[in-house]
Amino acid sequence: NHKVSASNNVSLREFGCEQNLLSRPDGSASFVQGDTSVMAGVYGPAEVKVSKEIYDRATLEVLLQPKVGPAGVREQSQEQCVRETCEAALLLSLHPRSSLTLILQVLHDDGSLLSCCLNAACMALMDAGLSMSCLFCGVTCAIGADGDIIADPTAAQEKESRALMTFAIDSTERRVMMSSTKGSFSVQELQECVAVSQKASEKVFQFYRDSVRRRYSKNL
Amino acid sequence: MFSSLKEKIGEVLLPGDEFVFESEDTIFLTDNVKPERPVCGPGLRQSGNRLVVSKSGVLRHKPPHTFWMDSQQWRYVPAKAETVIGIVTSKSGDIFKVDVGGSEQASLSYLAFEGATKRNRPNVQVGDLVFAQFTVANKDMEPELVCIDGSGRANGMGVFGGGGLLLKVSLGLVRRLLAPQSDIRSDLEQLFPCELVVGMNGRIWVRASTIQQTLIISNLLQSCDTLTAPQRREQFRKLQKGGL
Repeated sequence: NHKVSASNNVSLREFGCEQNLLSRPDGSASFVQGDTSVMAGVYGPAEVKVSKEIYDRATLEVLLQPKVGPAGVREQSQEQCVRETCEAALLLSLHPRSSLTLILQVLHDDGSLLSCCLNAACMALMDAGLSMSCLFCGVTCAIGADGDIIADPTAAQEKESRALMTFAIDSTERRVMMSSTKGSFSVQELQECVAVSQKASEKVFQFYRDSVRRRYSKNL
Repeated sequence: MFSSLKEKIGEVLLPGDEFVFESEDTIFLTDNVKPERPVCGPGLRQSGNRLVVSKSGVLRHKPPHTFWMDSQQWRYVPAKAETVIGIVTSKSGDIFKVDVGGSEQASLSYLAFEGATKRNRPNVQVGDLVFAQFTVANKDMEPELVCIDGSGRANGMGVFGGGGLLLKVSLGLVRRLLAPQSDIRSDLEQLFPCELVVGMNGRIWVRASTIQQTLIISNLLQSCDTLTAPQRREQFRKLQKGGL
């Protein structure tokens, strides 16, 4: 038996975002969800080493730096999730034999880290002016011990959950581009979490639009 | 035609925003109506009768049916017929390799200068600045530069430098500087005389009569990226009053 969240509204923590805040990268953004904060920098299209070049599309490299300590295997798997999502959204065939580098720095982790990284990555790629076919956002869902689905959980809520899932949702058709799950859950719970994430993604995309609008209004 | 697009002119759009335009339902035989296709500039992609935004920015329009996205970007991607400032990085045989700030270095032939022949080679050294334009610039081939125009004249292009300062600014600022009626250029003209070379790859070269004036202009240009128009005019006004 599981409980379905009665409210139709998905509650997410407060968002914050800033673009073009670093002077060296070609594009940069920082994304804040509650207390979780990630900064992203994008370099490219730039020169690529011959060993890494791909003849018909750009080579995307993602580096995730944790707040403390060197990057380990966990960061590598998170990098892979972000890289797969970015490669699906970017028009890589416009820049063959070039390199795109995305560097994510975790400033503070209070839960939903992977989705915060995805959101920061999307805003940084937009800021760098790279051509994209769609936008993407990350939403994390936690299933509590009693079957409650919590969107955008804090670190404490994540710890008490029996399953944790992060989905990357695209902006044009609200489809799942990438999923990363941990824990045990039923198929129905998975589908409910996907529905909750798709609903939450609307708020995130609206937030993207408002942020970019605010940024261009300064220069107009 | 394109009414849904025209509604959004001047608005901020994000990648993935789509516009569909239908051709008119009835075409009268008496009208000289040709189905109009929109001309898509940077930031817009066309597939069939759908127009998709691929870069975030402001939608701009030039009548009759040219649309493009005006976006803020720092990284340059070579495009044909654009004039850029390049830095010569190496000389190998008959070709100079020039850094234009893109993903790959461009090649410049020694014969592509005004009055250059096999016997009369141009005086270009490694580290020189060149103002050149692209003859070949697409995603699949190495970009190629020339310092002459179609008729063989230099037309302002070639090696330059010496006594000036090279800056890196955003691509939006150079486009604003090169626009026909440019506020920034007219403000600059009223400050003090200076020489400006503006490359579309985001590089500007400045030289004024004294080093101090050169530095002032270069600081002004770099701050134009972050200032709004009223703030910029305020800065210019302060400098004019300050007197030098």
